[in-house]
Amino acid sequence: MSYIAKPKVAHPGLPRNELGLSLRDYEGGMSTLCAGCGHDSITAALVQAAFELSIPPHRMAKLSGIGCSSKTPAYFASASHGFNSVHGRMASVATGANAANRELTYIGVSGDGDTLSIGLGQFCHAIRRNLDMLYVIENNGVYGLTKGQFSASADVGSKAKKGEVNQQPPIDPCMLALSIGCTFVARSFSGDKEHLVPLLKAGIRHRGFAMIDVISPCVTFNDHEGSTKSYDFTRKHRQAAIYADYVPPAQEIRSGQAAGSVQSVTLHDGSRVLLRKVGADYDATDRMAAFGYLSQRQAAGEIVTGLLFIDEGKPDMHEVQATPDQPLNEVPYARLNPGQKALDAIQSRFR
Amino acid sequence: MSQTPRDNDFTVKIANVNGTGSASANTLLMKSFFRMGIPVAGKNYFPSNIQGLPTWYEIRASRDGYICRSGRVDVMVAMNAQTYRKDLAEVAAGGYLIYDSTWPRDRQLARDDITVLGVPLARMCNERFSRARERVLMKNIAYVGVLAALLDIDMNVVRSLLQESYGAKPQLLDSNQAAFDLGYRYAIENFSCPLPFRAQLMDATSGHIMIDGNTTAALGALFAGATVVGWYPITPSTSVIDAFRRYAERLRKDPQTGRSNVAIIQAEDELAAIGMVLGASWNGARSFTSTSGPGISLMNEFLGYAYFTEIPAVVVNVQRCGPSTGMPTRTQQADIMACAYASHGDTRHVLLFPANPEEAFYLSAVAFDLAERLQTPVIVLTDLDIGMNDWMCRDLKWDAGYQPDRGKVMSAAQLEAIEKFHRYLDVDHDGIPWRSLPGVHPKGAYFTRGSGHNMYGAYTEDAKEYQHVVDRLRLKWETAKTLVPEPVVDQSERHRTGIISVGSCDGAVREARDRLAAAGVGTNYLRVKAFPFGKAVQDFLDAHDRVYVVEQNRDAQLRALLLLETRVGQDKLVSVLHYDGLPVTAASIVDGINQDMARGKAA
Repeated sequence: MSYIAKPKVAHPGLPRNELGLSLRDYEGGMSTLCAGCGHDSITAALVQAAFELSIPPHRMAKLSGIGCSSKTPAYFASASHGFNSVHGRMASVATGANAANRELTYIGVSGDGDTLSIGLGQFCHAIRRNLDMLYVIENNGVYGLTKGQFSASADVGSKAKKGEVNQQPPIDPCMLALSIGCTFVARSFSGDKEHLVPLLKAGIRHRGFAMIDVISPCVTFNDHEGSTKSYDFTRKHRQAAIYADYVPPAQEIRSGQAAGSVQSVTLHDGSRVLLRKVGADYDATDRMAAFGYLSQRQAAGEIVTGLLFIDEGKPDMHEVQATPDQPLNEVPYARLNPGQKALDAIQSRFR
Repeated sequence: MSQTPRDNDFTVKIANVNGTGSASANTLLMKSFFRMGIPVAGKNYFPSNIQGLPTWYEIRASRDGYICRSGRVDVMVAMNAQTYRKDLAEVAAGGYLIYDSTWPRDRQLARDDITVLGVPLARMCNERFSRARERVLMKNIAYVGVLAALLDIDMNVVRSLLQESYGAKPQLLDSNQAAFDLGYRYAIENFSCPLPFRAQLMDATSGHIMIDGNTTAALGALFAGATVVGWYPITPSTSVIDAFRRYAERLRKDPQTGRSNVAIIQAEDELAAIGMVLGASWNGARSFTSTSGPGISLMNEFLGYAYFTEIPAVVVNVQRCGPSTGMPTRTQQADIMACAYASHGDTRHVLLFPANPEEAFYLSAVAFDLAERLQTPVIVLTDLDIGMNDWMCRDLKWDAGYQPDRGKVMSAAQLEAIEKFHRYLDVDHDGIPWRSLPGVHPKGAYFTRGSGHNMYGAYTEDAKEYQHVVDRLRLKWETAKTLVPEPVVDQSERHRTGIISVGSCDGAVREARDRLAAAGVGTNYLRVKAFPFGKAVQDFLDAHDRVYVVEQNRDAQLRALLLLETRVGQDKLVSVLHYDGLPVTAASIVDGINQDMARGKAA
């Protein structure tokens, strides 16, 4: 919730995207999060992703709930409409917004508290509807704004800053999302922009619900010895299952990208995600295999990252609802009004 | 036993067991009166249950056009052994009770001031029909036949109604006609037909329909151009969405694609339902939800959000009996306060109060115009009585010239022309700022936030900036007073006693005023149709020495709202309350007013 205006100065030599816009055009207000916060790195990755995809900023809508994570939509794309909703309820607002105008790009930013505790229900049901949006969880395992309580993603045995040890099992958003039919499940790390940006781009282009769980250490309340969401712990225990590259519709696949064991998945708009496998047997289009692999690695104490599962074939909410192609908010009233004759016909059954 | 003929002025009540399929029989009976031109009301007192609990259907025929609950029963059809004792006791002296004489009734239960008529309904139907389900269903049609004979119902009307219902299924038509005839013939042969009070042809129902308020509220939303619905099932509001879906899918269908211009999304709960409405409205679609008390409780946080961030939203609240789960299938007007000030902090919401299904149609449409004009939630408060019972209403008309009032929305051209857009500037000095829709123009972007914001839409924790915004919201409230529907007033300078009421009390208040007038007590009447209260309400309060506030809740919520929001004094307002879950009767209002007047004389 920045109230410090960020000066918009674009160096004339800055790279431009297809719209002729520079990275500056995708930036937002000055962050008011703690210095070194993982969330700010995710914001920077989102700026990069939107810039590289050449999305007109005013055709994006940013949505969030409440918490440190949910403040971040103010820090990118100041030329996009933003909706900082109530705690844990961003998914329903995004559902209604998307129902009204299916043509915008919806980017939701939430946190582990906002998604996995207070907002768990709405998160699950947005997944079940296959709502077409990117849903980023900035996951630090802790309630930052209220100063350090455990969240539902805190691991058993993880230590709070004041020494308390978490006893309750965590909710893993990736496992949960896989189990309820999510069509795009990924995990990344705020400290690895090279890894995160292609995932964000693929998630934005995915037709359906794209969930990216981004481990984002809280430098103030959860970056100490004994925390399992610290920079140090994440770097040591991170197990990249699969690296994702995003290839826009018109671009050829270069040989370098295709080297090794590569899986290519074509997205709805013709763009592709190239998945370089680390685990040789990993198949990101096999939900059961993904579930099994995640469970195994989790038992071994590893955090698996990458595009863990993708299914481009499932209908999204609008297809299920059989809504028209024209956004509902643009249908002129003349076509919505059934008129007196129709009203008379209805009333004839009530006599 | 002396009786006076009371043609077209009686109440028939049918006591039955839920799940036995009596609804179509009861509708047949009610519609028969309506088709005979007799003003009629059908009230369904049903349990929160699918099968087995007691259910009653009450039909009041009234040549004088009084269609509120009569509070008396002239003919009881006692089909439910569980409630026989209570049903017997409820019949007015001089009335009739019909029971199924297939089984002996309890001789201990007898009354010598009514006439008890036994009809072997089960035996006759068992002999005539072979399938078990048919035997149960047809008993109901058979008692309609009995009543038709006793009340002298026009047989042509019955025949055409059966034809309309079952014409497409000849076998069903035959069964129904046969069952009807069984009852009819038995009554003709065994009883002295007709009774001293009969149904006689009139001409008081042309230009009217028999319809429930949930259907009309849905139609209002449909005609107003609603395209996005987020909802969660809850009695008694579910049929609002059922009706909306039924008509929208058909009447909004694009002939070329076969797809309908509507998205009806069943939410996971009421929190999500209102969240969807806000998301859609923020994005420029007309959007609504319908719910009942518990749903309103859940929606509070988002309602406060919408108030503060100034997002239009329409909520139809079909009130039921509270508190808590309460009695979901009984009626009340007990959400007035919960809706007026829903959510924490300084919040206040525009409320609309239809009195019947006809007004539910018009006000549900008006709600969208007001919500968008004022950029705020508008809650339409109906109740179970309006929403789920069949009311006689004037034909609904839709103004061919109607154009939705979308309020102050910046177009792409307007945005292009200005230097910079600020979301919460009061440029017109009416407290209503201009808004922009996502995706329209790069200059339109702003950040919608429930946290403190200044007039430019930016985050603030500054004392003055914050207060400026909430003060401007208060100014908007003053503007709302000039835009909401005016109350309905019937006032004569001769009277110093007033009645103020709301919503579904209207029919009972009108009947009560006639009865009071007949007894020499003249009253004036104001029915509020909206909150905030405008000048007309204050004027009415000022013009009377004593004002009875008639409403259907225990805590006198409308009275409390009047005390808070007008200059009226405590002593002037006297409550007349009804809150047992059944619709209010004229008699209870007359009694309440008479008791207060008697106290005044005694003092």
